[in-house]
Amino acid sequence: MTTSPDWPLFEVFIRARSGLEHKHVGSLHAVDARMALEHARDVYTRRLEGVSIWVVRSSEIAASDPLDADAFFEPARDKVYRHPTFYTIPEEVKNL
Amino acid sequence: MNASAQTSNHEARASYALRLGDTSLILGQRLGEWIGHAPALEEDLGLANICLDLIGQARLFLSYAAELEGRGRSEDELAFLRDAAEFRNVSLVEQPNGDFGRTLVRQLLVSAFQLELYTRLESSTDASLAQIAAKSVKETRYHFRYSASWVVRLGDGTPESHARAQSALNELWPFTAELFASDGIDESVAAAGIAPRAADLQAAWLARVDAVLAEATLLRPRDSSFPWHGKSGVHTEHLGYLLAEMQFLQRAYPGAQW
Repeated sequence: MTTSPDWPLFEVFIRARSGLEHKHVGSLHAVDARMALEHARDVYTRRLEGVSIWVVRSSEIAASDPLDADAFFEPARDKVYRHPTFYTIPEEVKNL
Repeated sequence: MNASAQTSNHEARASYALRLGDTSLILGQRLGEWIGHAPALEEDLGLANICLDLIGQARLFLSYAAELEGRGRSEDELAFLRDAAEFRNVSLVEQPNGDFGRTLVRQLLVSAFQLELYTRLESSTDASLAQIAAKSVKETRYHFRYSASWVVRLGDGTPESHARAQSALNELWPFTAELFASDGIDESVAAAGIAPRAADLQAAWLARVDAVLAEATLLRPRDSSFPWHGKSGVHTEHLGYLLAEMQFLQRAYPGAQW
């Protein structure tokens, strides 16, 4: 790479198959959304990884602060009853 | 049809497949030169993807050309053991990459052409060519989108990017006449319904290219009457250097495999 263009960062989300949700796969640089979609196609779907792509500017994402981790996540630690482990899931239900 | 017409038809079909294969191969090799040098990692991958699509197309066309030729040569022997005068690619694709903009202008001109060609070649009376075209047309649609998008950005970009894109267009435009010029081979495959008539592609190609140039604020250069003859084996001086690099390994270590 001779130079590194000063392009904004985009986050890339890919849907692997119809019916599944888009999953975050990584990020890339592009000047706008159209170029970000083309770059995402070229960088992240070379091996048939997906059927749909979302891109969003990284700066548009609001993220939780690691310093808030105790207040945000610790309270859930001892509430085992929230896990649906007491149900039997029918075999026909996939991707739950 | 008498025997000699059948022979000439067969030879024309083989030559035609060779032209399409060589055109994809040489353009693919040119794009490969960008690997590790593109202006951004994402573009490196973008150009490499197009390069690999083109080399994939070349393999299919060259395998078919070798089969029609019937001399027991393989696609690899055609790619690596022929000299410049035996190559049948159009002259446009062997032109040097220049800067990124020039590479993308060349790509736009070729991809728009291949898109029009493959769309029609899908209904060829030759089942093998129709099949290769059906696979290639999807790839080519993306190549066109990608290169058009860049030509618009650069043409309608900064004064410098505009000037570079316009100068690339001016330099490359004279090579486009060859795409639509017919010789005996073109006429023979067109008459047999194997391929579209080259001249018939020009209006659709021009409309496609003009739309991009207008959005890119680039001026279409005037047509040049100088005939290039890459598809008859008369090449510009650039092809020899390209082949020297592409064929080095097979020339230095004949039969080497990995």
